[in-house]
Amino acid sequence: MTRKNANIGKDNAEPSSSGVKMQTIDLNAWFGAKQALKDINVSFKTNAVTAIIGPSGCGKSTLIRCLNRMHELVPGSRFSGQVLLDGEDTYAPGVDPVMIRRRVGMVFQKPNPFPTMSIYDNVAAGLKLTGSKKGRDLDKVVRWSLEQATLWDEVKDDLKKAGTSISGGQQQRLCIARAIALQPEVILMDEPCSALDPIATAKIEELIVKLKEEYTVVIVTHNMQQAARVSDFTAFLYLGQLVEYGDTESIFENPRNELTEKYITGKFG
Amino acid sequence: MCLLCVIIAVIPLLSILYEVVSRGAPFLSFQFLTNDALHGGIGPSIQGTLILIGLTSLIGVPVGILSGVYLAEFGDNKYASFVRAINDVLTEFPSIVVGITTYSVVVIGIIGSFSPIAGAIALSIMLIPIVARTTDESLKLVPNSVREASLALGIHKWKTTLRIVVPAAKSGIVTGTLLAIARIAGETAPILLTILGSNYFFQGFRSPMDALPLRVFRDARWDDPRVQAEAWGVALILILIVLSLNIAVRLAARGRHKR
Repeated sequence: MTRKNANIGKDNAEPSSSGVKMQTIDLNAWFGAKQALKDINVSFKTNAVTAIIGPSGCGKSTLIRCLNRMHELVPGSRFSGQVLLDGEDTYAPGVDPVMIRRRVGMVFQKPNPFPTMSIYDNVAAGLKLTGSKKGRDLDKVVRWSLEQATLWDEVKDDLKKAGTSISGGQQQRLCIARAIALQPEVILMDEPCSALDPIATAKIEELIVKLKEEYTVVIVTHNMQQAARVSDFTAFLYLGQLVEYGDTESIFENPRNELTEKYITGKFG
Repeated sequence: MCLLCVIIAVIPLLSILYEVVSRGAPFLSFQFLTNDALHGGIGPSIQGTLILIGLTSLIGVPVGILSGVYLAEFGDNKYASFVRAINDVLTEFPSIVVGITTYSVVVIGIIGSFSPIAGAIALSIMLIPIVARTTDESLKLVPNSVREASLALGIHKWKTTLRIVVPAAKSGIVTGTLLAIARIAGETAPILLTILGSNYFFQGFRSPMDALPLRVFRDARWDDPRVQAEAWGVALILILIVLSLNIAVRLAARGRHKR
């Protein structure tokens, strides 16, 4: 066995320019005085699933919330560094975070359909309220999005029913459909299965693998089997620092860092 | 023990209702409800109360709801906590002080006579803080995940507020607003000094107007025992209006839960 590098934070991923959709450069994030992320340099490849793993409180969620500028909505939060989307800094002065969020969609930990809206309106809401309909037929987009989210067959006769009336797993796929409807370029998922049962989880995982054909997917998970099943690349975060990043197979089978190995084998976390 | 307390709490309410209904019901007649005061009726009082409710809602509801939206959705600053504190004080403000202030500012200063508008302004000052607070509280019940879901779609903050968050809190806002209107419909002190009271139907925005609470007040102070007794009839109508607003709210709320 090769000697493992015990220093964390040194193994930042080398940004390779080919097929990189998003990239962070010296990203730091704080909540008040508490630093949640330290000098993160990581890139996310086009048409690939990148998993971010690590123990609770290591900054996984904060990291992806920096990617679509949701982090700054938390009162008292601060940020430094750069996040590149197609090579352009999303934090540059003059960039409207609202426009970034339209290109970088997000699915949350708990399914959060809009409570007063029907299934149909939930999917259509983003198009209607961002004014990005642009003559596209709303019905078609709703159907297409629900089909992409593999939910259409289950709800096609109940489109008028409340979005909150379906099961948790269906609600989560509804939220994915809602995000897809805007045709984002990147989809961020913050532990999308943690509130779901195994069958619903399996469906979402299948969907994630399918989604990467058209989108760049970044998924936060505390479930290592899930990361191994769905992702092409894996980043391991610990205490706000990037410990190791690489293709999923080598991270799981041949981790270079001692901490990564310990975490993956379940010795802590 | 608890049952005893409930009984103690309910007895006054039931006895008031009983007194008002038993003493007021004999007065009820078409003439009583529609004639003006010179012909033995309370038409002007009913009309005046309805006009006041309408005008007050027109002024107070939009201002109150928008204040509440501001406090709940954009209120993460010192200025807003100041407004919230003032708002809480206003909610408990003595209504006679609201009346006398409106009298000196609006009746004497601006309009130059007693006026339904002055009455509506005084009642709005009572209504706005209640509506603002109930809106603020209803909006805070909307989980933050709903706001995040919308913002993450690239929907602007103001659209998120108006099209996603406010609709999610709609039933709470509507219920609270209607209950607030029902509450101010029975206020006497703020309108005593602003619309004065009148024996005639609505005579324009620069003239005194009547309202049910004022009529109760005047009748009860009359020397003639028959007129005094008539106050019960007026009180019954006032209670019916307030109660029906309350019941309507509850029915609407229940209907929504069933769906």
